[in-house]
Amino acid sequence: MNKSGGTLILNTPPSIAGYASVVGKKEGEGPLAPYFDIACSDTTFGEKSWEKAESRMQKDAVNKALDKAGLSPSNIDYIFAGDLLNQCIGSSFGLRDLEIPFVGLFGACSTMTETLCIGSVFIESGAAQHCVCVTSSHFCSAERQFRFPLEYGGQRAPTSQWTVTGSGSVVLSASGNGPYINAVSIGKIQDLGITDMNNMGAAMAPAAASTLSQFFKDTGTQPSQFDAIITGDLGQVGSDLLIQLMANEGYDIGNNHNDCGLMIFDRKQSDVNAGGSGCGCSASVLCSYLLRKIMDRQYNNVLFMATGALMSPTSSQQGESIPGIAHLVQIKNDLTGGII
Amino acid sequence: MKVTQQQFDKMSKKASKSTNSVKNLVGAFLIGGAICTIGQALLNFYLSVGMRQDQASTLTSVTLIFLSALLTGLNVYDNIARYGGAGTLVPITGFSNAIVSPALEFKSEGYVLGLGAKMFVIAGPVLVYGITASVLYGIIYYIIHSVVK
Repeated sequence: MNKSGGTLILNTPPSIAGYASVVGKKEGEGPLAPYFDIACSDTTFGEKSWEKAESRMQKDAVNKALDKAGLSPSNIDYIFAGDLLNQCIGSSFGLRDLEIPFVGLFGACSTMTETLCIGSVFIESGAAQHCVCVTSSHFCSAERQFRFPLEYGGQRAPTSQWTVTGSGSVVLSASGNGPYINAVSIGKIQDLGITDMNNMGAAMAPAAASTLSQFFKDTGTQPSQFDAIITGDLGQVGSDLLIQLMANEGYDIGNNHNDCGLMIFDRKQSDVNAGGSGCGCSASVLCSYLLRKIMDRQYNNVLFMATGALMSPTSSQQGESIPGIAHLVQIKNDLTGGII
Repeated sequence: MKVTQQQFDKMSKKASKSTNSVKNLVGAFLIGGAICTIGQALLNFYLSVGMRQDQASTLTSVTLIFLSALLTGLNVYDNIARYGGAGTLVPITGFSNAIVSPALEFKSEGYVLGLGAKMFVIAGPVLVYGITASVLYGIIYYIIHSVVK
């Protein structure tokens, strides 16, 4: 692979052999409803706790993606997984029966691209033939960990976001017909002093701008050369700020940028304020709408960048600001022509 | 990044929509007012069936606490609170909701360390500072009362 600045351009780009998304009721009633593999009308997914429900989503997403790829767990060399729950129990409990070598990762809501970056490099290096990358979030398990009990009567700030109940899983293979992960950029932690836990979009926007502008610099490209630039869960506030920050860096992304947090819900009808958030937000949008559009060749060259807010309830209560992170993957249909 | 922390602070404040105070105030007034009106109606009812004033007052509070707990369990109270805001938080019904909602939520961690311990996670600080303030108020009242007499 070629390392150009912070970007790794892969010589033998891994192919996306299968992908699947599992979502809850609210997401299954949203604008992306036709694209999800499984939309469960019961938010508990038939389980006894919210944590079990989240684990169940990951397990279902992995099994469905393996089915679509025509592979079984024994074919998989490594599984890279993470979620938002303490000690990543959503992943470890959901995937414990699969008997696949397991690497647990935490990148807050950036975990989908974090797992894709690492999985891609494992395949590029020859360490793996097939990898699975998976992540999830559940509104109810996230609320009880980060905010208030579900039945507590309170009002949400207009800048707050709604944690998506969803999971997305991607199977990467060393050979295949694409789409391919052509390049990956691991982001740097950025913190411009936002302390408001109800304004995660603003906290993550600098990290998104840092990784994205770094990618353009490293590759000598311009935003207009890509069919779409999709961020994970910046929501309305973070998206507005990203566009401004990128303009400051000399890049105009206004025309082809969209955010999974703005795509997954109808914000006028579903009381989600600034948009969706959570690992499951970017994961379920990637593994439904976005990869479908790429497979249908409506998009051929896409930058996909999940964004994470690296705080905990403890750090926020202690008054710390919220560090952000963003990792980027370039997904391409054709391998001719390098980056573009 | 070319932006400084101070510049970004300004940018993010500008990009962040602020709360619609007019809408929230009207919602709090109407829904909080409705809860208080229900309380008054209950008080009048208990007095009309021949209870003493202090008994009727206590029973009114108990009834409102019960109704709030019931509505919390039925997944209704938080939907009212979304529009009511402080109107559902300030009356005694808000306190009931603050105890019942974590009790429901954390039952999955067991009756002792879950329900029992987490029940006061929101109401606990209100009790601590409420009781402390009332004790301090009592001492101040006692001193002033002794001096004036």
